[in-house]
Amino acid sequence: MTESRQAVTSDVDAMRREEHDLVVVGGGPAGLGAAQAAYDEGVDDIVILERDFELGGILQQCVHPGFGLEYFEEELTGPEYAQEFIENVAERGVDIRLDTMVLEVTHDRTVYAVNDEDGVTEIDAEKVILAMGCRERTRDALDIPGSRPAGIFTAGTAQRLINMEGKLPGEKAVILGSGDVGLIMARHMHLEGAEVEAVLEIMPYTGGITRNVVQCLEDFDIPLRTQQTITEIHGNDRVEGVTVQEVDDDFEPIPGTEYEIECDTVLLSVGLIPENELSVDAGVELHSVTGGPIVDETRETNVEDIYACGNVLHVHDVVDWVTEESMIAGRSAARSLQDRVETRKEPIEIESTAKLRYVVPDRISTIDPDREEIPLYMRVHAPMEDVFVTLSSGGEELTRTFERRAEPGEMVTLNVDSDTLAELPEPRLELDVVQREEA
Amino acid sequence: MTETVSITCIRCPIGCDIELEVEDGEILSLEGADCIQGEEYAREEFRNPTRVLPTTVRVTGGVLPYVPVKTAEPIPKGKLEAAVEELATVEVEAPVELGDVIVENICDTGVAIVATRDLPAAEEGPVAAD
Ligand SMILES: Cc1cc2nc3c(=O)[nH]c(=O)nc-3n(C[C@H](O)[C@H](O)[C@H](O)COP(=O)(O)OP(=O)(O)OC[C@H]3O[C@@H](n4cnc5c(N)ncnc54)[C@H](O)[C@@H]3O)c2cc1C
Ligand code: SF4
Repeated sequence: MTESRQAVTSDVDAMRREEHDLVVVGGGPAGLGAAQAAYDEGVDDIVILERDFELGGILQQCVHPGFGLEYFEEELTGPEYAQEFIENVAERGVDIRLDTMVLEVTHDRTVYAVNDEDGVTEIDAEKVILAMGCRERTRDALDIPGSRPAGIFTAGTAQRLINMEGKLPGEKAVILGSGDVGLIMARHMHLEGAEVEAVLEIMPYTGGITRNVVQCLEDFDIPLRTQQTITEIHGNDRVEGVTVQEVDDDFEPIPGTEYEIECDTVLLSVGLIPENELSVDAGVELHSVTGGPIVDETRETNVEDIYACGNVLHVHDVVDWVTEESMIAGRSAARSLQDRVETRKEPIEIESTAKLRYVVPDRISTIDPDREEIPLYMRVHAPMEDVFVTLSSGGEELTRTFERRAEPGEMVTLNVDSDTLAELPEPRLELDVVQREEA
Repeated sequence: MTETVSITCIRCPIGCDIELEVEDGEILSLEGADCIQGEEYAREEFRNPTRVLPTTVRVTGGVLPYVPVKTAEPIPKGKLEAAVEELATVEVEAPVELGDVIVENICDTGVAIVATRDLPAAEEGPVAAD
């Protein structure tokens, strides 16, 4: 990024300068939802900056159904879901700039963006919403020993190759990681004519939803092997095989359990990381667990007037929640622009016990008379059955929700009534998970 | 001879494991579903398992060389592979609109294949499918 910044400073006189009420970085479902909600709240000077040649983000490569059940109450594919929102922003006349890469966002909300047509543009924004999505963890983040032959892909790269470019990454594949992206890719590879030898999962349980285990693996007799991982990749020019080993409860390979699988392709589906280089440069503070910004209930970060939503904030498994969250960000940014919200004298801190991996938001810092409830998004550490998620303040329980089955892969939502917040014993909310018997 | 078939219900995230006792293709008993929906699902899944097939077909002259498509209705699970094979021979011309019928009756199922996005024609030189 240093190179581009030099270009910015040396070319400063020739630079285009603009001012806008709201700049949205990224035109995936999060950016689209945020722009739409801000517009509907009465802000019409909105620009979306998107580096790709089209809007829609990662959804354009997710051609399988399973999207929209919450939001549209209808099962859509990724592109169908995206197209709804693309049409919505187009109808509203939002200024959309494609093939436009954001290079930098400063803490006082100057946005530098570049494209072929205009060169570098400097935009002074009243509000910035970060919606850059996430990227996939790669082999480097995993540290698998062995040679570095061709044929190792992240599952998302393989998905893009097959669905948008029509290229099959290989003929005989092993998939490492059983999150939803890995499972979906197992089915895709199989249906496109490749053999999927196995899906390996280091955890004792899959990271994906049941439906995908059934329809992507069991339908085609693809084996799912839990508590196993790849300990070595073989091959010189192209992958020729992998060594697989069972792991113990501390994820250490168990000696003597090694076996080999012959394959020409390894797909890695080992996690997503929020894409926050721009945020960090702007001075945005990140959460140690989510890898995304620390935000309040409006999705504003520690840097005033900079908001974040979607996968850049925390990795979502279901896009419908991305839409809900981005609409909160867009609406909140708009209301704040119109001076319709009041800042609390003291923010309400949200804390959770060790059973929860994380909670978004981190605090509640505004009073908004038009807001009836605030959703809290959280994830559990390990699968649990028949539990209540409880919300208390100063030892007094305020509300609870029952979960028949809570999985790390599926976000739990608890809504807090705005009225409840008016009379808290202390400016602190505590989330806990309790078994039904204890409760 | 009775045999046991296990089916995981996918109607909701709970994912109940349902055990069916069957004889000569008839369901004798059914256990493990937490609700009536699951029992329905298990019966259907045993008699005639169906799936929506999402895949892609070749496009000429578009901004991308492939367009995503799906079956308009679920088709029998056993026909998924054949449907993909048939679609490998299909080629359409851009522009394509969401909902366009690409194939009217895939593998004699009576179900159509429809496009799941708009795919505009390329402005300059077309992108070749290889
Ligand atoms: C490989 C993969 C598969 C997935 N499959 C599913 C699934 O099957 N079902 C499901 O519900 N969810 C799935 N997800 C989760 C899915 O990503 C989210 O549901 C949703 O797409 C996230 O939306 P977003 O807008 O936050 O991010 P994205 O969709 O990733 O959009 C971010 C956008 O920001 C743009 N951008 C980033 N940086 C810049 C910059 N510097 N300048 C300009 N533009 C920029 C990107 O080009 C992109 O268009 C998947 C995620 C991945 C990574
Ligand atoms: S049987 Fe009922 S509760 Fe169980 S998974 Fe199916 S729909 Fe859900």
